Amino acid sequence: MAEMVAEGKTPEILFWVGCAGCFDERAQSITRSICKILQHVGISYAVLGTEESCTGDPAKRAGNEFLFQMQAITNIEILNAYEIKKIVTGCPHCFNTIKNEYPQLGGSYEVIHHTQLIQQLIDEGKLKTEGGESFKGKRITYHDACYLGRGNNVYEAPRSALEILDAELIEMKRCRSNGLCCGAGGAQMFKEPERGNKDVNIERMEDVLQAKADIVASACPFCMTMLRDGVKNKEKEQEIQVLDIAEITAQANGL
Amino acid sequence: MIGQILFLLILAAAVAFFTRNAGKIRRNIKLGRPLDRSDNPAERWKTMARVALGQSKMVKRPFAALLHVFVYVGFVIINIEVLEILIDGVFGSHRVFSQPLGSLYGLLIGGFEVLALLVLISCLIFLARRNIVRLKRFTGIEMTAWPKGDANYILITEVLLMAAFLTMNAADHKLQLLHFGHYLQAGSFPVSDLLSPLLPADTKALVIIERGCWWFHIIGILVFLNYLPYSKHFHILLAFPNTYYSKLTPKGQFNNMASVTGEVKAMLDPSFVPETAEASRFGAKDVTDLTWKNLMDAYTCTECGRCTSVCPANITGKLLSPRKIMMDTRDRVTEIGNNIDKHGKDHQDGKTLLHDYITAEELWACTTCNACTEACPVNIDPLNIIVEMRRYLVMEESQAPTGLNNMFGNIENNGAPWKYAAADRFNWKPL
Repeated sequence: MAEMVAEGKTPEILFWVGCAGCFDERAQSITRSICKILQHVGISYAVLGTEESCTGDPAKRAGNEFLFQMQAITNIEILNAYEIKKIVTGCPHCFNTIKNEYPQLGGSYEVIHHTQLIQQLIDEGKLKTEGGESFKGKRITYHDACYLGRGNNVYEAPRSALEILDAELIEMKRCRSNGLCCGAGGAQMFKEPERGNKDVNIERMEDVLQAKADIVASACPFCMTMLRDGVKNKEKEQEIQVLDIAEITAQANGL
Repeated sequence: MIGQILFLLILAAAVAFFTRNAGKIRRNIKLGRPLDRSDNPAERWKTMARVALGQSKMVKRPFAALLHVFVYVGFVIINIEVLEILIDGVFGSHRVFSQPLGSLYGLLIGGFEVLALLVLISCLIFLARRNIVRLKRFTGIEMTAWPKGDANYILITEVLLMAAFLTMNAADHKLQLLHFGHYLQAGSFPVSDLLSPLLPADTKALVIIERGCWWFHIIGILVFLNYLPYSKHFHILLAFPNTYYSKLTPKGQFNNMASVTGEVKAMLDPSFVPETAEASRFGAKDVTDLTWKNLMDAYTCTECGRCTSVCPANITGKLLSPRKIMMDTRDRVTEIGNNIDKHGKDHQDGKTLLHDYITAEELWACTTCNACTEACPVNIDPLNIIVEMRRYLVMEESQAPTGLNNMFGNIENNGAPWKYAAADRFNWKPL
């Protein structure tokens, strides 16, 4: 972003990468896929790079409102300084936090999640499924991320990205507003689970197995981690792939 | 005449007692902190019409929804009949609506009877689901003797009330057919007619049965009315205001604490002078730290357990049960209310909602996934209470699990929940 400003350019959209997208090796692939899609359709975009910082989502859900607001207000200062109007995020948690919780603190932007961007591009005819990998005959199921689905009523966008594939779409028994959490939300990602008889991601993986899916599509880097752990736990690494909607879209377009 | 006086006395006592107890619940709800939900009335009326009146969130479980609709519609419609009973009771008349309404009356009575039968059957099925089939949703650590008993008392009362209503009609109709006394021919009785072979032919006995059931029915209703404030059944009243005052913002959006904003701004900019901050604690330790809406939620809960049955933490065997959060909140605020009645306004009993009722272990198991709020048929929000109590644990007691403290430290130091340097944020750069 700083470079673009130095060159006197204004990007159409700011891509908010998010901590997982920056640091988590697996999630970095999602980040790259989003970049490839943006470049493929010719949208000028920027990232904050080292100026980006945690939105404060995990701190807020864990009850640390001080830390959340410190992060939020600092981020808003940077975003406002760059006169950012539109943001696409690679993570439902960043999406929810910036879209819903920043405006009251002085940060109002048009915020979309990358699956919504992909849906828009498909609707506008700018993204097709050609030149890339075929998903023909594959059974794909979409795992609803809580902060996209129930949290913000985004159920169709990720599905529309899958519907244009030549694949067999199946729903798990718990889907859409009844979707089961992956177990990472509410800052669970960063702590040991409480005493119980099962981990939440294992419970969810059983839904995946029941649906007999070859690919579990996710739209959240944290769901991705939890689902991959679930696949490993069930020793199904050879049979079941966990892919983000952005990765599937990039692959289908040969990006 | 004696009957009329007796009726008026019972009615007045029932209404007075109910008003007093409902007033206590109102006072208890007002023990909560202020919260402005006066915005957007049009949207709020729509939400109430859809969720409370239209039962839109019940349909996720179609069988239970169908049975519940029978009981709900039955309850509302049969109240027209109760109006007639009240007028008859006060003025000593008999079936006062039958003359002015003419043939419509017969149709109405027929409808009431069909509904009464549906209510009766539904309640019997509900009883079976709880006591014979023993659905998992109706069990759990919070479903102790009283909540289990409460549910059964409500259902049994409804069965008895409907049985009395039908028996009364059967005896009445039999007397009508015999052209006995003031029992004027009034419409058809499609359901209760089936009972008439079981009734005696003697008019004296029939009058006793008819009057007996009439009194049992109306006194039963008045007793039931007064049972409501002690019971989860209070939901039939509070469901309406509770859905009206629903949270209208996206479920994922948590409130920003204004008291924190001032302090954070002052910390980041020393020249910033925060508005006079109210000296209250951060988050919730007791019910009086919650908002009135949290407390209204608690009194609206009918312990159906839909929240708990979809809670990922509960499903995987953790202690957390959103229903328990609501029941504990209600029990605690009721306890404080009782203390006020007994010992005056400023009495402290040394107990708090957090720790004495709800443990930190329960609170930390929540994934904030909103499955509970989505599932609740009357828009109760257990998640907000959980987060408020987490806020107290973190900001007042500094009692967060180790993993979370590490996460906080990482965000503070390097702007990421993990221990990665902020300078490495752009290392993914591939293009």
